[in-house]
Formats: sequence, structure tokens, C-alpha cells
Amino acid sequence: MPRETTPAQDLIRGIWEENPVLIQMLGLCPALAVTNTVKNALAMSAATFFVICCSSVLVSSCKRFIPREVRISAYILVIATFVTLADMMLQAYAPVQHKELGAFIALIVVNCMILGRQEAFSSKNTVLRSLLDAIGTGIGFTIALLMLGGFREILGIGTFFDIPLFGSNFEPWVVFVLPAGGFLTLGFIILGMGYFEERKKAGNAA
Amino acid sequence: MNDKSSADTLVVTPPGAEPASQEPVEKNVSTFRLVATLAVAGILAGMLIAMVNEHTKPIIDAYRAEQLRIAVYEVLPGAARYTTFYLVDGELNPTLPDGAKEVEYKRVYVGFNEEGGPVGVAVSRGESGFQDVVMIILGFDPVGGKLTGMKVLESKETPGLGDKIFKDKAFVDQFFAGPELPLVSVKAGSGKGEPNEIDSITGATISSKTVTRIINNAVAEWMPLLQQGIPEDEQP
Repeated sequence: MPRETTPAQDLIRGIWEENPVLIQMLGLCPALAVTNTVKNALAMSAATFFVICCSSVLVSSCKRFIPREVRISAYILVIATFVTLADMMLQAYAPVQHKELGAFIALIVVNCMILGRQEAFSSKNTVLRSLLDAIGTGIGFTIALLMLGGFREILGIGTFFDIPLFGSNFEPWVVFVLPAGGFLTLGFIILGMGYFEERKKAGNAA
Repeated sequence: MNDKSSADTLVVTPPGAEPASQEPVEKNVSTFRLVATLAVAGILAGMLIAMVNEHTKPIIDAYRAEQLRIAVYEVLPGAARYTTFYLVDGELNPTLPDGAKEVEYKRVYVGFNEEGGPVGVAVSRGESGFQDVVMIILGFDPVGGKLTGMKVLESKETPGLGDKIFKDKAFVDQFFAGPELPLVSVKAGSGKGEPNEIDSITGATISSKTVTRIINNAVAEWMPLLQQGIPEDEQP
């Protein structure tokens, strides 16, 4: 059911309450695959942020011209176009990050978080509200990726943003930069969030 | 998202009511309109991508060329300049046949010193490692039969273990110490001091062996041709 929300709620909702990665569990592929360092997480977030904002604006402004029957194809076309642009611009201006992220930039196309926002929100709302919604979702995605990237880089490499945190005696916990570490970290973050949520509820009830 | 959208579809138009102005519900949209919408969108998307590509391609190409240039000088210490020779019909040629595409030809980079004498040959080669293809550029001296250097261009080897093939200085330095070809990968510390031994990395045996294997295969591929004579410097 469409809910009545204020523009401010459109923006804030995606950041925490309906965080795409931590609550909706969407877009987990990039969230797990490329968050072994903060830098990679940031590059992936920036590319996704660009794609979701541009796609939401374009989809909401063109919603009158897109027949329902081909709307999914049209959304994918819009998303794929912006992903290709992001891919080329990253390759030109941040070649090192582009090499690190590899195929995962092209795979932003199939990030269901982006398609989900088009289908559930942009195709039914005004341009401004769609943009706010996209910005909120993008920030939520960025927060989740930075949390994952931060934990994994600190534990798995012993650095934060390439700055060494521990002395030379630190033995990196290599599993955290491997795919398994991504699943573990995400699991613990969600566990922690669930725990605080429970306590908050218990506190409110008391 | 699925729940939401299906719920929305159900409430679209109550019978007799005006279709919501925000969402024009058209019955029986013609096939032509469906195709035309996607075609127009596709053309616009293509134009946009072409425009941005026009802008970014020179930057990307320049960066790649620069990275390659740095790598060639790194693996051929002592080279003052280098020339690219393409393998055309079994011979090394500094130019390509008319209309030929550069990417379709194998090539070597021959490094020359200040006096124009050859110092070595650099080639790049990729083979499967532990995770994915490892791309390496290596420099060697075909006359002396020695390796002059090695640099990993691309690798997805395991972080913390396999990535030591380019992060572990002690391992990399062995390739710059002029080992004799073909290389032999030995367990660290168990070598007999032969001049062609490379100590492998503990915990990354496959990645280490991949590096020596790529080097040996690349040398085996090019050595016969290069021993017939290293091409002369074309532009002194």
C-alpha cells in the first residue's frame, strides 16, 4: 500500500529505517564482494549513488512515456546506460579503483536495490521526491558499505584508508578480506542492529 | 518490493472512476508503441554513451600507455628507450601492415641503451593462477639467457597470500637479481644455490609457481625467434 510520506521522510527512510543493505537485504552482491577496503567500498558507493540518482530522476520524469508492458526493460536500459557512463568515468579518472572493482562496476546494472527504487517509487512519484528517495537510499547504501569496508579493512589488513593502525606486530586476520569475511561481518552487523532494536523496543514498552 | 508493487497494481482504477492522472493506464498499447519506446530510449542511451566515450577514451588510452611504458622500463633496467615490434608472419616488424588492428598482433618491446645497443626484450603474458589469470610483463636478455625483471600487471590472487607475488619485496627482488633461464621454483630455503632458482612463497606455492611458469613459457615462446637476432633500433 502506498503510504503518505513527507519529502523529508522520503529522504530519511532509506538511510536507516529501510536501509537497502542492512534492512531490505538488497544489493548484497556488491556489498559483500568489493568491501574488503574502505577505498573500494567508497568507490562502489559513489558509482551506485550516481547511478541511482540519475536513474530515479530520469525514470520519474519519463514515467508518462513508458508503457507498463515494457517498463522493466526501460528501467534496465536507463540503469545500464548510467552504469556504462559511471564505468567509463571511473576508468578515466580513478583507474586504480576501477581495476580493483573490476567486473562489479558493470554488475551495478543488476543491483536490485536500484531497480527496486524505480519500480516501487520513481515510477509513481514526482521528480523531486524520487530524487530525495534516491539520495536517501544511496546514502544508506554508502553507510552500509563503509561499515563493512571499515571493519574488514581494519581486521583483515590492519589499516584504515591505507593508514596503518597497528604496529608491525599486528598479524592481519586475512579471512576478513576474503569473501567469507564479508558474510561474517555482515552477519555480525545485522546481529548488532537487531540486538539494539530489541532493546529499544523493550525500553519503549517498559 | 514485489509485495508493494503487486499491491499497487490492484488499486489502480476502481470501475467507473477516472484513471489516476499520474499513471495513465492505457489498455491495449500497440506493439508498435512498445517497440518504438524502447528503440527511441536505446538510441538516446547509445548517443549519450558515445558522447561520454568520446571524452573519456583518450584519457583511458593515455593512462594505459603510460602504465605500460613505466612497466617496460621497470623490467628492463638500463634501457634508455624502447621500440615495439609486432610479430607479423613470423617476423618482428616495427610497423603493422596497412589497416591491421594493433590488438590482433603479438608484440615484444625491445629496450635499447643510450648507444642504441639492445639491453633486453620485454613481453607480457597471462596464464591461470590460483584464482584467475595472472598477467605479467617480464624482461629478459636473449643473448645472456638471463631474466632482467618481472612485474605483475593484473592479478586476483588471494589477498594476504597469493598477492605476495607482487607485494612481497623479497620475492619480487629475486627476479631482478638476474636469474638464469629457465627458472626453477623451489621451496623457500631448500635451494641448492643454483643461479636459476626462485624461492617460492610459503603458503602461496601455486601463485609462485604460476609466476615462474609464465616466465618460462614466455621465454620458450620468444627465445627461438629472438636468438636469430634482436631487431635493430629503427629510430636512433
